[in-house]
Amino acid sequence: MIRHDSLPLGDRLAVSAGPLIRRLAGITPVRRFLNVSGRFVTGRGLVVAVPYGWLALFFLVPFLIVLKISFADQLIAQPPYSALVEWTAEGYLTLRLNVENYLFLARDALYWKAYLRSVEIAFFSASICLVIAYPMAYAMARADRALRGLLLMLVVLPFWTSFLLRVYAWIGLLNNTGVINNTLLALGLIDRPLGMMRTDFAVYVGIVYSYLPFMVLPLYATLEKMDLTLLEAAEDLGCRPFEAFLSITLPLSLPGIIAGFSLVFIPALGEFVIPDLLGGTETLMIGKVLWDEFFSNRAWPLASAVAIAMLSLVLVIMAFQHWLARRTAEPA
Amino acid sequence: MRRAVHPAMWAWLIAGFAFLYVPIGSLIVFSFNESKLVTVWSGFSTRWYGALFRNEQILDAAWLSVRIAAVSAALAVVLGTLVAVALARFGPFRGRALLSGLATAPLVMPEVITGLSLLLLFVAMEQACGWPAGRGTPTIIIAHTTFALAYVAVIVQSRLVGMDPSLEEAAMDLGAKPTKVFFVITLPLILPALVAGFLLAFTLSLDDLVIASFVSGPGSTTLPMVIYSKVRLGLSPEINALATLLVLIVTLGVAAAGLLLKRAERTRERDTRMVLEK
Repeated sequence: MIRHDSLPLGDRLAVSAGPLIRRLAGITPVRRFLNVSGRFVTGRGLVVAVPYGWLALFFLVPFLIVLKISFADQLIAQPPYSALVEWTAEGYLTLRLNVENYLFLARDALYWKAYLRSVEIAFFSASICLVIAYPMAYAMARADRALRGLLLMLVVLPFWTSFLLRVYAWIGLLNNTGVINNTLLALGLIDRPLGMMRTDFAVYVGIVYSYLPFMVLPLYATLEKMDLTLLEAAEDLGCRPFEAFLSITLPLSLPGIIAGFSLVFIPALGEFVIPDLLGGTETLMIGKVLWDEFFSNRAWPLASAVAIAMLSLVLVIMAFQHWLARRTAEPA
Repeated sequence: MRRAVHPAMWAWLIAGFAFLYVPIGSLIVFSFNESKLVTVWSGFSTRWYGALFRNEQILDAAWLSVRIAAVSAALAVVLGTLVAVALARFGPFRGRALLSGLATAPLVMPEVITGLSLLLLFVAMEQACGWPAGRGTPTIIIAHTTFALAYVAVIVQSRLVGMDPSLEEAAMDLGAKPTKVFFVITLPLILPALVAGFLLAFTLSLDDLVIASFVSGPGSTTLPMVIYSKVRLGLSPEINALATLLVLIVTLGVAAAGLLLKRAERTRERDTRMVLEK
């Protein structure tokens, strides 16, 4: 007989949880609930059911509600939208779908512009990240093993510090009275401040800066795993280093490029903080449009329609990325 | 075998790190500036740190954010670990693909969409069953748990997949029940991943502005919301002081966690070796 309190904590928890679960499972409604499709589901079923239930309720159902409210009317009420399904005075159940929100999005040039600008900014930001990150990841992957850990930590560390404060830091650098302008003025290189704040340039800088680690990490992961003897073989066969890079290293790092590109592209597409703090009035991005519709105009149904439009774009891009990743994973 | 890297590549790497660290460095330097004009240097001073510690609004918000982050990170670790165990250890089961999709989708979902959808859910739930009555701390905790559990699930799952299954199999062969195997064998082995997941979930919660803005209510203003409302009006020396303190805490925290995990790992490896040699 083992004394109960001599066991380590984890063990003790396991020992005392066992009878509790058994007792719970003995209660008829609970047993009936767990007894799905005739097979008795025990702990294993709970392990799946608990997170499943949480994610279904707090991740899946919300999207259905967004979809529903995007078909509602805007009301001046609390909450500010109409019900889709209603009992009429005569006792009929009616369903009203209002497509006005979507028509409004399609007709108003503002939304199209914001939509296309977001795609454009996200695409070019991801491309710039790729150009900056590739040589960085390459040098890191070929560094001494002891140094690699430190370099990796240096890439990850900014990610742990506040995103909001890192964007804020750029206000201090790009302002008309900011560090960059002050330095250039003091050196006599310019005679009046460069207007960098509240421009597209500032938005690009902010996005590239914030998401650069997301590009470096997957590139580093693929480049580090690469079999270097392949390059050696190519050179022995008379291949020049640059040719070897183009025909061996680049294709082998393609999965990393695809992963990094989508890790930057998708969040940048819906970015709100960066265009809001660094962008000008002409920098329309879809995430900021959604925010303004919701918080400034209290237009919940319209904001929901914007969210659905944005979500469809994200899903298309994710499907494309999935397809691309699968294609590149297959041997040619 | 090692291959030489072109010196230009090293220069590029150093420039890349400069790009990553110069903005943070300038935040820190100017937090010690005497002048209220943040970027115009007028002398060394720590007055903004004093002002920061007298600012009730920032302190209250910081304390609230820390509590929310602690609770939601703990919940995210529990739920994320369950997801990871189901995906890594249960083999194929009905609904596995959907669970895997549901658990990774929050990683790439734009924050404005997550925030809006959760708010609309809470409003609909309140209409349907009276809970949650209004929005505030509990709704922020639920929202943060939901997106942070995805990160925990990814980290723990990769640890489980990379783990040697023979220890678990040995315990099972010796007659231990699955629950016991998990708590006695698996849990200690994946502990580093749980710690990393907790720290990441904590940081993400502490840093979130967009989702919290959607699902918070009157009286539950988190630290990023206070920072955002101040930053919108321009530079503020108190925010620089706050940023410096956060960078300091994070750097120390990451370094300490890294060292502790490395030591724990080494002890465990030694123990395993000793057991196997006996």
